[in-house]
Amino acid sequence: MDELDADALRRLIPLVLGVLVHRGAEFAAAEDAVQEALVEAVDVWPGDPPREPRAWLTTVAWRRYLDGHRSETARRRREDRSHAQTVPLTDAAPVPADDTLWLYFLCAHPGLSPSSAVALTLRALGGLTTRQIADAYLVPEATMAQRISRAKRTVSGVRLDQPGDVTTVLRVLYLVFNEGYSGDVDLAAEAIRLARQLATVVDHPEVAGLLALMLLHHARRPARTDAAGQLVPLAEQDRSRWDTGLIAEGVEILQAALARDRLGEYQAQAAIAALHADAPSTGETDWVQIVEWFDELLRLADTPVARLNRAVAVGEADGPRAGLAALNDVPCTVPRWTAVAAHLHESAGETTVAARLYAEASAAATNAAERDHLLRQAARLNATG
Amino acid sequence: MAKYLLLKHYRGAPAPANDVPMDRWAPQEVTDHIRFMQDLADRLQASGEFVDAQALAPTGTFVRFDGDGRPPVTDGPFAETKDLIAGWMAIDVDSEERALQVAAELSSAPGAGGRPLHEWIELRPFLEAPPTITE
Repeated sequence: MDELDADALRRLIPLVLGVLVHRGAEFAAAEDAVQEALVEAVDVWPGDPPREPRAWLTTVAWRRYLDGHRSETARRRREDRSHAQTVPLTDAAPVPADDTLWLYFLCAHPGLSPSSAVALTLRALGGLTTRQIADAYLVPEATMAQRISRAKRTVSGVRLDQPGDVTTVLRVLYLVFNEGYSGDVDLAAEAIRLARQLATVVDHPEVAGLLALMLLHHARRPARTDAAGQLVPLAEQDRSRWDTGLIAEGVEILQAALARDRLGEYQAQAAIAALHADAPSTGETDWVQIVEWFDELLRLADTPVARLNRAVAVGEADGPRAGLAALNDVPCTVPRWTAVAAHLHESAGETTVAARLYAEASAAATNAAERDHLLRQAARLNATG
Repeated sequence: MAKYLLLKHYRGAPAPANDVPMDRWAPQEVTDHIRFMQDLADRLQASGEFVDAQALAPTGTFVRFDGDGRPPVTDGPFAETKDLIAGWMAIDVDSEERALQVAAELSSAPGAGGRPLHEWIELRPFLEAPPTITE
């Protein structure tokens, strides 16, 4: 089985799993059955390719699921079989949208810790192997296997008879996107793929908003670090390295979402990202409009991080003094507060204060690239001052 | 989803409440202590929070590159230093609260007399790769 086929197979997993769960299969057992069907597909398909891969997989997985329940009464088994036979299994029939959608809700179940929800999403919806997920998170495979099976146990009794909260699903996808690790699997790309898939089954402007936001951020990724792996701040990024195709797509999706007049926090964040993406340079950025979007965002979701970022925008729109005044409304315990303060003081010409704050911020940085970047800022000011 | 390193010290950390050198524990107490550590690692693996655990030998040397063709500079194994790491456990957890909870549990490992060691555990967050969102 070559790579392309494996990838196509992976995309079938949530569809088949969704059908089984929709038919009332208990989640963990359904997932096991799908995995067994995949193993069988890898054995059988090269010599005997199925006419309708999805139908083939669904049939085999359902049989495996039933096999797993042999200990139950024969009567129950006959009922299940007869139920299975009543479901038409052709690729021509559209997948009931709810089947896949329910998987999204299941994987974002509030009973799961964030890391478990992410792992389960990558497994059940992304079709990634345990090894791939473990690699992406830099933990041993056995640890990830346990994390996933615990997550499966947590949701195993959950009845999917009513829709869940789509914002919870979006939060989980954003968590996947925001993981910086990329080994064998690029989690940002995976999150975008899942968000695209979600957008096909649920019609909600915030789903479009998140997809647009992720595309706009992803478009800037090639410019975020230099060849040596050093962090490049927005102002110094080589904008010719931004992916204009992704930016255009993100903006188009965002505009369609905004036109529906049901603003949400992801649309507001995407609008801010779009204004950055649109500008030829930091100086030519429409900072005034960015501040306005931050005000919208704070009305929808008032978080310290959003306030911190607003202070940066105010500093650009109205000058460093105004930025520092805005920063006063932000608790100084917010990560990167000191770095922002350093930047604003530097803009105000107070290099000694700025150098001290950069050094302080570097000691508090939570990742190596950011720490090194801030240390260099402090060193730069100390060398000239 | 943040990783933390839990460091056990041979010396350098404050003395544990139940401060009896290990070579004066009963053999069963040593066994129980090691079993406790293994059980904790097993439980963290089962909860999907385990990353790694290693013990370090109490010997070591400071080495510094001192120019081509010169021997590594060292003033002997920890001649002047106060701190010596005994081993570590690395975990991958959802919150700092959970990390503190695990560290406290590690500190409760049984020692002499089967009573908790109350050992000081140094808890250090890993520096991570930068998040995608910084602007």
